[in-house]
Amino acid sequence: MHIMEGYLPAFWCIIWYVIMIPIVGYGIYQIKKITEEYPETKALVAVSGAFMFVLSSLKMPSVTGSCSHPCGNGLGVALFGPAITGVLATIVLLFQALLLAHGGLTTLGANCVSMGIIGPFVGWIVFKGCNKVGLNTKVNIFLTAFLADIITYLVTSIQLALAFPLPSFAAAFPKFFIIFMPTQLPLAIAEGLLTVIVWNGLIAYKPEVLEKLNAITPQKA
Amino acid sequence: MKYENIILLVLVIIILVAPMIMYNGLGEDQGMFGGSDDKGVDVIGELDHSYKPWFESIWEPPSGEVESLLFAVQAAIGAIIIGYAFGYWRGQSKKD
Repeated sequence: MHIMEGYLPAFWCIIWYVIMIPIVGYGIYQIKKITEEYPETKALVAVSGAFMFVLSSLKMPSVTGSCSHPCGNGLGVALFGPAITGVLATIVLLFQALLLAHGGLTTLGANCVSMGIIGPFVGWIVFKGCNKVGLNTKVNIFLTAFLADIITYLVTSIQLALAFPLPSFAAAFPKFFIIFMPTQLPLAIAEGLLTVIVWNGLIAYKPEVLEKLNAITPQKA
Repeated sequence: MKYENIILLVLVIIILVAPMIMYNGLGEDQGMFGGSDDKGVDVIGELDHSYKPWFESIWEPPSGEVESLLFAVQAAIGAIIIGYAFGYWRGQSKKD
């Protein structure tokens, strides 16, 4: 899902930065607020960021014969929402842009909007909704992580088709969609399963913090 | 469930090993197992032959070896933090 350095026209680089900056700014404010209110969430913010660090470094083979990587954005968004996840994604993407020539500084805004904000946002909506109707929390976190991953790549396809609508957006979009989505499907399932494993650990050791974050309801712990 | 995490891990391994069994014997030389990010770049080239990237990475790992080193460092940083936190919590919960 990384759009490579220089591969978005300057106009679109600016657009995505303009969307990203206020949300990431709000995320930084939220991290300050929540870690002051509940200092025990600090470790959870770190674990969420670390999970994203690990998962986005793993390039996995898919049944399509291409390789791609999961995003690791489902855990952070289930616990803290999309703004904080945007901050964590920015850190990961900066590391990869500067040290690995993966993604880039000009495309950081676009990549952060897909992996840090919109993908997680959709996962978050589903997580909150399923929480409300009382879906099993493990099934819920699986769905959340799966969707956050898949939607991230959907957004990347849209971003590329918007930047290169040749001859039209409708013609370009399927070309990008087809290289990302089939490859990503099994990897998103793998990401969902891995997120459940970490979730199980959090439920076992830190149920009280998860309750404070409204990530689980007390009777389900 | 006692073995839940192990079952989940086995499922992940199956998902990741299956492609390598399906395409056993094929590799980079046959155009297999390349990155989807690079394919995105190829499609851009197909759509707009004249497009030239207007900005280049300020630094690139000088070789595949160095790149894999840095990817491993990235994974290690994450894994250390997760392992530290879970180890700490586990120790805490045993003390209580």
